[in-house]
Amino acid sequence: MAEKKLMKGNEAFAAAAINAGCRYYFGYPITPQSEIPEYMSRELKKVGGSFIQAESELGAINMAYGAAAAGGRVLITSSSPGIALMQESIGLLCSVQLPVVIMNVMRGGPGIGSIQPAQADYNQVTRGGSNGDYHTIVYAPNSIQEAINMIGKAYDIADEYRNPVIIAADGMLGQMMEPVVMPEPKAPLTEEEIPAVKPYCLTGHKFKRDRHAINSVWLKQELLEDYINAFWPKYEKAERELPEWESRNLDGAEVVFVSYGSTSRVVLEAMELLAQEGIKAGLIRPKTLWPFPAKAFDEIGASTRNVISVELSKGQMMMDVKLAVEGKWPVSLISRVGGMLLDPYEVVDRTKKIMEVK
Amino acid sequence: MAKKGKLVFRADRCKGCELCVTACPMHILKLDEVAVNRKGYHPISVIDADKCIGCASCAMMCPDGIINVYVEE
Amino acid sequence: MKPVFEYTKGMRETELHYCPGCTHGIAHRLIMEVLEERGDIGNAIGVSPVGCSIVAHQYMNVDMLESPHGRAPAVASGIKRVHPNSPVFTYQGDGDLASIGTNEIIHAAERGEKFCTFFINNAIYGMTGGQMAPTTLIGQKTTTCVDGRTVEQAGMPMKMCEIISNMDRAVYVERVSLDSPANVRKAKSAVRRAFKVQELKLGFAFVEFLSICPTNWGLTAPKSLEWLRENMMPYYPVQQFKCPEEVKEVK
Repeated sequence: MAEKKLMKGNEAFAAAAINAGCRYYFGYPITPQSEIPEYMSRELKKVGGSFIQAESELGAINMAYGAAAAGGRVLITSSSPGIALMQESIGLLCSVQLPVVIMNVMRGGPGIGSIQPAQADYNQVTRGGSNGDYHTIVYAPNSIQEAINMIGKAYDIADEYRNPVIIAADGMLGQMMEPVVMPEPKAPLTEEEIPAVKPYCLTGHKFKRDRHAINSVWLKQELLEDYINAFWPKYEKAERELPEWESRNLDGAEVVFVSYGSTSRVVLEAMELLAQEGIKAGLIRPKTLWPFPAKAFDEIGASTRNVISVELSKGQMMMDVKLAVEGKWPVSLISRVGGMLLDPYEVVDRTKKIMEVK
Repeated sequence: MAKKGKLVFRADRCKGCELCVTACPMHILKLDEVAVNRKGYHPISVIDADKCIGCASCAMMCPDGIINVYVEE
Repeated sequence: MKPVFEYTKGMRETELHYCPGCTHGIAHRLIMEVLEERGDIGNAIGVSPVGCSIVAHQYMNVDMLESPHGRAPAVASGIKRVHPNSPVFTYQGDGDLASIGTNEIIHAAERGEKFCTFFINNAIYGMTGGQMAPTTLIGQKTTTCVDGRTVEQAGMPMKMCEIISNMDRAVYVERVSLDSPANVRKAKSAVRRAFKVQELKLGFAFVEFLSICPTNWGLTAPKSLEWLRENMMPYYPVQQFKCPEEVKEVK
């Protein structure tokens, strides 16, 4: 049984990736995730992996493209502005259908923003800042342990769907420390195993097969349309099979909060405070942001009068909540932005104001 | 005595760029002004095959790889 | 009859889409000839750029992928980490390498990345219709400097070999020209040296090919060769900037 260790979030994320078989990390320092490249620079070589501090996030994501095309398990991490810079190749990775696990340790924006935690990249990760039709699968942990588990799963999902998977963690998770247990380690593929397990990868054709030509440009638009329509079913499959969420206290709840990441833990405390005042509150906590767990909202009962999106953004997730409730309940927003955090008392006060309006 | 060279063209791929014409030290290459290949170009032809020395300068300069060069043993 | 020259099997049967007289066809062929000689066609992995040669993978019979504009050295760095013993190369044009990609190439060179970069310098942007490149010469007319490039407007053209040879870990840096059979043969020698450098894991290898773009220069291909000699060679001297002892003898 693996031992429980007290770990800082960023270091745990890096350790989780190595544990899941990641042997390639290309990154650039940016607050609040610089501990990840620091950890990888020390630890990857101990397991025969490769670390490059890239010239920029642009360099890093493209190194990941090369390594993923060649068959390696890669981790890419950055924070909001750095992920913004990577958009070109995140879309490209979707277009060429390659697996990469990307972690956004989110901070305040827009622009260079603040270095404190935020959840204002929801649109960036779910709607995508790159061009064209694509989706990235997005997981949102609310504890370091959950992040470790999601990172391990992300590699398998990325391989299965041949698609980038993003872990959207807010800066709080990266910087805090919690006791965690690493799952069973997974060995990476050897160079010899790659052609059998990932036959689409570039390994040198050795005259045993046709050469692979991974292309993203399509000079004939009819062919590009055919190509998109051919891979699109995997996103429909993801929408059926991948949504994950946690629900609490929906039965008899007067108000249902929707919240993810470390903010959801603030909401849990607020729910306890509301209960002490006799107000029954429930929580739907999306664990996947894309596909968004719309089904979770089927479980909201007749007693509920308000649905409140609680997020560190100006309502980016609220849009998806509104779509999910299909007009059945009014949806409000409790938020802080720019790197400011919510505390349970503020959530309680603002919830009571919202409920009084009705 | 200079070798006797022989050129084999894939004339259907010729784009009439004339890089081979300028490269040939014996000046024996010229575009065929009558024929038009399926790409719409006047393809290359040899105007004095006996003078070919098999230097392969033409093949060196052909971007489309349409020229193979042989010499008599 | 004995063959003197037969088109390499390293090039696929697909007809090249490049313009008549475009020297991409020669550069592609030289790289594939060298890989064929080395027995590396089955092992090599190439990165094609954004530019006219984005479809190089339709012509080169090796595993390849398209890179976003300018990022090829980063992509190649990633590939080389996973396959350290496979010959890896990037093939890049002047916009790709000297404009949007300067960051990637400088850092790959200084890291001493063990792949080869083949840089096609034709002093103009081909694919997008003839705009000014960082390598466009002073006075040269393009669609984004119709009266001729001036220093005040656009600065001086960039000499990439000179810049790259300042990087300590760029151990082999040579500029060659594709304007004549003799120079094409010398260019092939440079490609041989570059792959030998990679084989011996000495550091970063960089070969710049002075090339023509008849369509966007508005000249016939033969006249373009003359233009290259008269205008490009004085500014971009054909020379070997750096060469490790171990490969000096490779011809």
